[in-house]
Amino acid sequence: MAVGDFNRVQRKGDSVHEMSIAQSLLEIVLEAGQQHQLKQVKTIRLQVGEMAAVVPESLTFCFNLISENTIAAGAELEIENIPVVARCSDCGTLFEVENLSFICPQCQAPALELVSGREMSLLNIEGETGDQNGSVEDTGGTEHPAGQ
Amino acid sequence: MVQLKIPVVQNILQANERLAAANRQRFDELGIFAINLMSSPGAGKTSLLEQTVDGLAGRLRMAVIEGDLQTSNDAERIQRKGVQAVQINTDGGCHLDGNMIQIALDALDLKDLDLLVIENVGNLVCPAEFNLGEHEKVTILSVTEGDDKPLKYPLMFQISSVLIVNKIDLLPYIDCDIQKIRDHARQLNPHQHIFEVSCRSGKGLESWLSWLEAKVAEKRKNKA
Repeated sequence: MAVGDFNRVQRKGDSVHEMSIAQSLLEIVLEAGQQHQLKQVKTIRLQVGEMAAVVPESLTFCFNLISENTIAAGAELEIENIPVVARCSDCGTLFEVENLSFICPQCQAPALELVSGREMSLLNIEGETGDQNGSVEDTGGTEHPAGQ
Repeated sequence: MVQLKIPVVQNILQANERLAAANRQRFDELGIFAINLMSSPGAGKTSLLEQTVDGLAGRLRMAVIEGDLQTSNDAERIQRKGVQAVQINTDGGCHLDGNMIQIALDALDLKDLDLLVIENVGNLVCPAEFNLGEHEKVTILSVTEGDDKPLKYPLMFQISSVLIVNKIDLLPYIDCDIQKIRDHARQLNPHQHIFEVSCRSGKGLESWLSWLEAKVAEKRKNKA
């Protein structure tokens, strides 16, 4: 086909990939916030693997920018770093990957299974509803099955 | 005012993952082998593509999706060789994502295709996080970029099942230890296929082409 028939896929201000990640995060936060009738989101807790290509400061910066004028404006991003852990394909040993070496420290075989370290997950959000009684509720930890 | 704590355990990139899975299903149904070609700018993605198009002429039927910040020069280079090519201009965006590929696929004739090559935006960081639905991730590293790159950009090298080391004809003129590239890449991904090539002289390209042919044959067999 001719060049020009298909030229531009429109993106919103997407010049660093933390912006796309922040955008996806905001969509999930707003949806959850709406579901639970939050008026204001205070805290957003995330897990980010040490192997994920995400700079936490950049993610926070982008999120602050795009969350303006939403219920998530001013929310604090709490980012927990998850170490890189691999499992040896031969002897099954679990080990923390140091110096980016995916070779089993026990038997020197290659470890092909990355157990953790690539996370980019939202864990929970905390916020306030407009209701007037002063109680604190926890909606429990089981209603959403764990993502990937 | 009620304080609520809401568990929302979700992969932040799940929207992209869903689109990638849909693209993957489409490839599988059509028996198309798809690769995601990544590298820093100037490592030789488009040169490798041109060599691949020439080398596979009469052997495989292929199409190309070209990702670029601006311009459609790359797609034009490929189209001149008589291969279907679609350009995605990300307009400043640093990577392709599942949605862009879905749209680009609609602009291609996917019937009777063996191989789809998606050339990502030149960048060793961001494209690593965005699956497009490809079967294999292929990274090109040119020896002029330095032998320290696998350890500087570990995710890219860890997730790529194939590493193509390009511009090996320049090795006599530069301080690059190709053994270091091999060692560090294998340290990150012990089962990685490594091809050492020169797109300029053509050296080493035949084993890359044969690998593609074998993968395409495998895909076809699985479909049949």
